[in-house]
Amino acid sequence: MSVLKISDLSIALPKGADRDHAVSQCSYEIGAGEILCVVGESGSGKSMTANALMGLLPEGVRVDHGTAEFGGKDILRVSEAEQRALRGDRIAMIFQEPMTALNPLMRIGDQIAEVYEAHGRHRPAERREKALELIREVQLPDPEKIIRAYPFQLSGGQRQRAMIAMALALEPELLIADEPTTALDVTTQAQILKLILDLREKHGMAVMFITHDFGVVAEIADRVIVMRYGEIVERGTATEVLENPQHDYTRRLLDAIPTGMVPQSVEVAKAPALEIRHLKKTYNTGGGLFREARAVRAIDDVSLTISRGEVLGLVGESGSGKSTLGRAVVRLVTPDSGSVMVGGTDMAALNDRELRAARHKVQMVFQDPYASLNPRHRVMRALTDGPIAKGVPKAQARDRARELMETVGLGADAVDRFPHEFSGGQRQRIGIARALAMDPELIIADEAVSALDVSIQAQVLDLLRDLRQRFDLSILFITHDLRVAAQLCDRIAVMQRGKLVEIGPVSEVFLNPQHDYTRTLLDAVPGGGWGQAAE
Amino acid sequence: MTLWKRFLTNRGALLGLAILIAVIAVALLAPVLYPRGPWAMVQRPFLVPFSTDGLPLGTDTLGRDVLAGLVYGARVSLLVGLVSTLMALLIGVPLGALAGFYGKWVDEGAMRFTEFFQTIPNFALAIVLVAILEPTLTSITIAIAIVSWPPVARLVRAEVMSVTKREYVDAARLAGLSNLSILVRQVLPNTVSPIIVMASLMVATAILLESSLSFLGLGDPNIMSWGFQIGAARTVIRSAWWLSFFPGVAIVLTVLALNLIGEGLNDALNPHLSRKGRS
Repeated sequence: MSVLKISDLSIALPKGADRDHAVSQCSYEIGAGEILCVVGESGSGKSMTANALMGLLPEGVRVDHGTAEFGGKDILRVSEAEQRALRGDRIAMIFQEPMTALNPLMRIGDQIAEVYEAHGRHRPAERREKALELIREVQLPDPEKIIRAYPFQLSGGQRQRAMIAMALALEPELLIADEPTTALDVTTQAQILKLILDLREKHGMAVMFITHDFGVVAEIADRVIVMRYGEIVERGTATEVLENPQHDYTRRLLDAIPTGMVPQSVEVAKAPALEIRHLKKTYNTGGGLFREARAVRAIDDVSLTISRGEVLGLVGESGSGKSTLGRAVVRLVTPDSGSVMVGGTDMAALNDRELRAARHKVQMVFQDPYASLNPRHRVMRALTDGPIAKGVPKAQARDRARELMETVGLGADAVDRFPHEFSGGQRQRIGIARALAMDPELIIADEAVSALDVSIQAQVLDLLRDLRQRFDLSILFITHDLRVAAQLCDRIAVMQRGKLVEIGPVSEVFLNPQHDYTRTLLDAVPGGGWGQAAE
Repeated sequence: MTLWKRFLTNRGALLGLAILIAVIAVALLAPVLYPRGPWAMVQRPFLVPFSTDGLPLGTDTLGRDVLAGLVYGARVSLLVGLVSTLMALLIGVPLGALAGFYGKWVDEGAMRFTEFFQTIPNFALAIVLVAILEPTLTSITIAIAIVSWPPVARLVRAEVMSVTKREYVDAARLAGLSNLSILVRQVLPNTVSPIIVMASLMVATAILLESSLSFLGLGDPNIMSWGFQIGAARTVIRSAWWLSFFPGVAIVLTVLALNLIGEGLNDALNPHLSRKGRS
């Protein structure tokens, strides 16, 4: 028996968009108690369907054609009042970013109780009881405390649990989850996925789970729909789609996923490009006359080396201090003590002027391809500003910029364009070219592919691998994604709460992890498939 | 180009622009239109508007042409408005930029200094300054600039702080650029849009301030301005309403025009924030 039956749905985009329909002629059903994963890359229209169901389509976008039958009614064409009654009660939704989805000025308990209030259920005293029950059900720690907490006092995973509690309040028949784990760490993601599975078991609700991550699909899906450019290109049960994909696009997506296959690492035994010794950085926050300051040890006595031509992966969850370490190496953050030796210079000990002269030794590729290029400068300027400041003649810097754009696969002519004319993946290539333009001894890639779709991610990783071979680059590759790290790196360093807990060759760390935390991280990776060495 | 197009689709802004251009044209043509200047006594006093040929807005208490006064007043108003805004920007932008960029004690110092000015009511401070400096066009302009820069400094500081956190600024640091060149070439150009919007509104405020000062008799006695006209006419407001009415209309129209332009610029520069239903 199907809970939701979508037939022939088309959603029209406003004129001037890159295509006419966000979603065109989609038909699918979700059965009671079933988890349907809708998979696709950004812009595939996978979220639009969900928004249409909830009546949350953005301005200018409207349903063109088709029906969505839910409980005997076409919910795309019911009145606003009927839709309101439906929302939260029989269909609930959870979002990607739990921080912005929760009201920052309301206590968690009140936000859950508000769902009952909006639908006129229960008396105020009962609402609180019910809220407490829900908080227990989603396994939030210390429910009595949580019910009085504000969103900012919870961690990302806890907030997502609170969102799920709100969604479950009225026992909906259908739960729409729009990338609910994308913003979370792997271990937290694993917990949330398990929670959703448990709750499905218990309440028998149908789940429409929107994601871009095939690993998540493998963990949770009963059936899968793959979308591209607003069309369904493949559908089937999870095993069918994952093991025997029919459509080219699905196959490409699956291939693009960094697999669990661990390459045998190559021996690198050359002079060190980077030597970090006993590095420490503590952030002091708060603290006043009467309150004690809170000290966060972002980097707690870390020592490691990267050989010339080596790629070291630095993995850890958010807050583990991995980004701070990267920024300390380039001296965007000044460490409290310890040394950072790059090519014989201690970056941590230079004064401002010496630092400016030594900057070119270490370059960085940033995470956000949209924020890392100045929107008002042409690519040429982004690529030549640094070399010119370093003393390279202008003409030579310009030639080099053109050459580098060829190298990263964008073509020399692209130098005269502005950043907004490029896609995310292309901008990341520009970011890489900018780092290369300085002829650095070490490149730090801080979550450099995390913001990209899997297929683009694979291309950028290919580029990095290729560049590394051609120029014998040393790279410190910071990432939260173990699958990505396994693809590119020779050695892996694992950080937890500012401490380096494990470091070793990729195959060692993945196949034979020594530290508990590393094991937890590996277990949490969605999709499984670990523990096999490449043939 | 697209900015200009977006601006042109905004009818209010176009109207504002048209009014402002008219006012500027009148101000520029003043010596051609009235070669004898605004102070010449041309007829007997208290002529009602539209009663005498050549004097469409009548004459004032001393028999001077009201329209000539308005035309010359436009020059003063625009001049004071533009120059004082420019001066306020010259004080506020660098101070705010330094405070936002360097933070810590630079920020503390600059902001406490700014607050010092903000705690004194604008108008009271302007009166005091003009009274001390003797009322001349220069001193009035300076006084207006001094009371109107603090909001600029605060705005620029906030903008600079937010832009400085972007990754391309980090990238510029890694490129070995000096702090000053990062601030001037990477950060400031990205804060320009809100500054332009604010400046257009500040010109309007400055015109109002100048008029208020002249109304209180603190204007430059040798210069005909709208505020002066209203101030001089206040004793006869019941018998000769037109003496204060027309300069008042001139002030309202000019300020309205500037506000419309400011709003249009705001919508054009921040298309994502513009109100719904206009896209």
